[in-house]
Amino acid sequence: MQLDSRVPTGPIEKLWDQARFEMKLVNPANKRKHTIIVVGSGLAGASGAATLGELGYNVKCFCFQDSPRRAHSIAAQGGINAAKNYHSDGDSVFRLFYDTVKGGDFRSREANVYRLAQISVNIIDQCVAQGVPFAREYGGTLANRSFGGAQVSRTFYARGQTGQQLLLGAYQALERQVDARRVTMFPRTEMLDLVVIDGRARGIVTRNLVTGRIESHSADAVVLATGGYGNVYYLSTNAKGSNCTAIWRAYKRGAAFANPCFTQIHPTCIPVSGHYQSKLTLMSESLRNDGRIWVPLKAGDKRAPNQIPEAERDYYLERRYPSFGNLVPRDVASRNSKAVCDEGRGVGETGLGVYLDFSDAIKNLGASVIEERYGNLFEMYERITDENPYQVPMRIYPAIHYTMGGLWVDYYLMGTIPGLFVTGEANYSDHGANRLGASALMQGLSDGYFILPYTVGDYVANSKLERIDTGHVEFAKAEAAVAAMTKRLLSIKGHHTVDAFHKRLGHIVWEYCGMSRTRQGLETAVQEIRALRDEYWKDVTVTGSADDLNQSLEKAGRVADFFELAELMCIDALDRNESCGAHFREEYQTPDGEAQRNDDEYSYVSAWEYQGADQPPVLNKEPLHFEYVHPSARSYK
Amino acid sequence: MRLILHIWRQKNATARGAMARYEARDVNPDMSMLELLDVVNEELMLKGEEPIAFEHDCREGICGSCGFMIDGIAHGPLPATTVCQLTMRHFKDGQELYIEPWRAKSFPVIKDLVVDRSAFDRIISAGGYITVPTGSAPDGNAILVPKEDAERAMDAAACIGCGACVAACPNASAALFTGAKVSHLGVLPQGQPERHERALRMVRQFNQEAFGSCTNIGECEAVCPKQIKLEVIARLNRDFIAATWARR
Repeated sequence: MQLDSRVPTGPIEKLWDQARFEMKLVNPANKRKHTIIVVGSGLAGASGAATLGELGYNVKCFCFQDSPRRAHSIAAQGGINAAKNYHSDGDSVFRLFYDTVKGGDFRSREANVYRLAQISVNIIDQCVAQGVPFAREYGGTLANRSFGGAQVSRTFYARGQTGQQLLLGAYQALERQVDARRVTMFPRTEMLDLVVIDGRARGIVTRNLVTGRIESHSADAVVLATGGYGNVYYLSTNAKGSNCTAIWRAYKRGAAFANPCFTQIHPTCIPVSGHYQSKLTLMSESLRNDGRIWVPLKAGDKRAPNQIPEAERDYYLERRYPSFGNLVPRDVASRNSKAVCDEGRGVGETGLGVYLDFSDAIKNLGASVIEERYGNLFEMYERITDENPYQVPMRIYPAIHYTMGGLWVDYYLMGTIPGLFVTGEANYSDHGANRLGASALMQGLSDGYFILPYTVGDYVANSKLERIDTGHVEFAKAEAAVAAMTKRLLSIKGHHTVDAFHKRLGHIVWEYCGMSRTRQGLETAVQEIRALRDEYWKDVTVTGSADDLNQSLEKAGRVADFFELAELMCIDALDRNESCGAHFREEYQTPDGEAQRNDDEYSYVSAWEYQGADQPPVLNKEPLHFEYVHPSARSYK
Repeated sequence: MRLILHIWRQKNATARGAMARYEARDVNPDMSMLELLDVVNEELMLKGEEPIAFEHDCREGICGSCGFMIDGIAHGPLPATTVCQLTMRHFKDGQELYIEPWRAKSFPVIKDLVVDRSAFDRIISAGGYITVPTGSAPDGNAILVPKEDAERAMDAAACIGCGACVAACPNASAALFTGAKVSHLGVLPQGQPERHERALRMVRQFNQEAFGSCTNIGECEAVCPKQIKLEVIARLNRDFIAATWARR
């Protein structure tokens, strides 16, 4: 496989202008003759489908939820970054670019990140014009806050519901195109295969989740905007329906999968409280601005937090990182929480938790100031845990939150299969080995509103696409394969439910391919995952039938894919003999326990190529070059 | 703790449904309502029975997927809380709960507790947007929005489209949902050019979907998990009437 990133040559600030000028255009009258499929209706999918519709293409958009407005982008709380420099505090496109490349620990492509920073300013304008109710100053201008340790105020927000408001903006733009009959929406429809004809992506096979009907859809280009795969861990902050099926089945049709082991763990989530737990709830990172993180000094200390005297507490982040203290980046904070819990010093019933204590802040600033800053978060915490954080310290623990890995794409967001585009969290492109706060929303909308509409047009104009309809034999073959898999899952009639298997899989991946990894652990994980997968295909039980609404059947197919992806994640983590960003290999750390990157040998993107069911995948490498931001070690001491 | 659940089971849109009784033992007070259903479903599947179908996704109270009636109250007894965030500690040991899907002509049942809320999408599609093609926007700060207006818009924009308002309303009216969008866009300067047309088009679609009329009962506001205020309905009425007169 040849990986050609197709990055134009020239000064970085001119690349996107140049690329746009060089792109071929589709005659406006011809656009409606081209069908474009968009799978997923989150920020990347809805914005892409709406814009392609506006341009005049015939767009078909698919989502598994009952409405495109439900996509998981809706749950993002914090905000969206943009290099507007409205505060004259020294921000610029270059600084946002610099911060993102550095924050990603030098494992992303400079040209893509620069373009993202450039486009960030257009996104805000677009969203404001759509009526997104961003927070405002009294004079009526847009308000900003600093977020995730950034030294400038560049985050735009709509209370704690920024993702919701941005998604509703994109959803409304999409619905406008539905009304104009430029976009046809297929809700409650799940993509189950990608159809590749003559080496090009030409359509998809779907299942109607209400009637169970397997259907084919042909197109001139297929866009996957299907989000991340954090649910491979079973417990994550992702929505329950988020899954890897679309990108995984595209991988099995030849699309390279990049950096699957780069998975981000968010340090401040509410800890697990029991075996029935179905998901984890995020508490905003901003809490670390005033809360102090600690655990008891002695292992096994089961006293209530307020009975542990100051001298017997270990404020481990403040101790280890005196200059950043509780504000160290996500990966560092998460790893340290795990370390103290592994030492037996974790708190709460399960021992998997650390205290986030506001008593000093309340003493210094007063309860009313704390309420003003975090009132809604404290309320949410109390709603879930029944504990009042004004009186007892919060308990928090890290949880899987975002996946930087995804299908490999070139500068044009096209994967290794011509005609297959991948946007948003589903691709690997912009965040390297670690994503900065408030950057996910920015990337989804940048891809969808401002990049995809150009690059899809260029592809369509440059390709001689024969007319293909769903009568083509490849569609029939793919439909048959999908139907066979469904039938197989229903016929096993074993002894354990899909969720029971999913929980066991999640446990393996979390244990061995989570916050810190070792060669030995990863090798164990690969064996255990294979064994469990074999058991799954012999002993899972899926009730009901294939031809009506069957939620356990839907889950069964997704979990089958998670098994395969989990193995690839471990293989990828085994290959990367270094620690970088969210990927921490215990063998590669400095004497004082910090991540040790190896730029000489691992400054590349791993793009894995599928070779068949029982064949090991082939690793292709896209070397990374840094001309503008010089690789340096991240230090928070 | 132990709970007795009476849950509506209906095989598909055309089948006749009925209540079925289930007993949940070892209920943990920290569980959410949906996690309770997960546990019941696990048991059902191990017995080879079909699980109870219910809609859910984010389980954080923001996606709007989940929702059903608990003892006749949309989203259950706790104010401002969707069923995914409703924990079992709010119920008593041994309590019996009656769980039913949203009941409204415009929300036909698909299966068990799952209903078809696509009418909401069609109301938005009819006019619940500001027409601004991608790339045609002026600088974000070119349009000044008084803080107070931004806050009021946000209050209305917080709607998650769950459908509780329709389910709670004796008329099965979607006035709160429609009013929330008309208010969100109508109080912002960006929303002014299409303000009249928007109200007319959305109300026209509202009527086509066979939602009932609003008679100011206020049940919708009482059950709304996002505490959208009745005020949005007043604004909807005002914009609709103004638009109708302007047309003459």
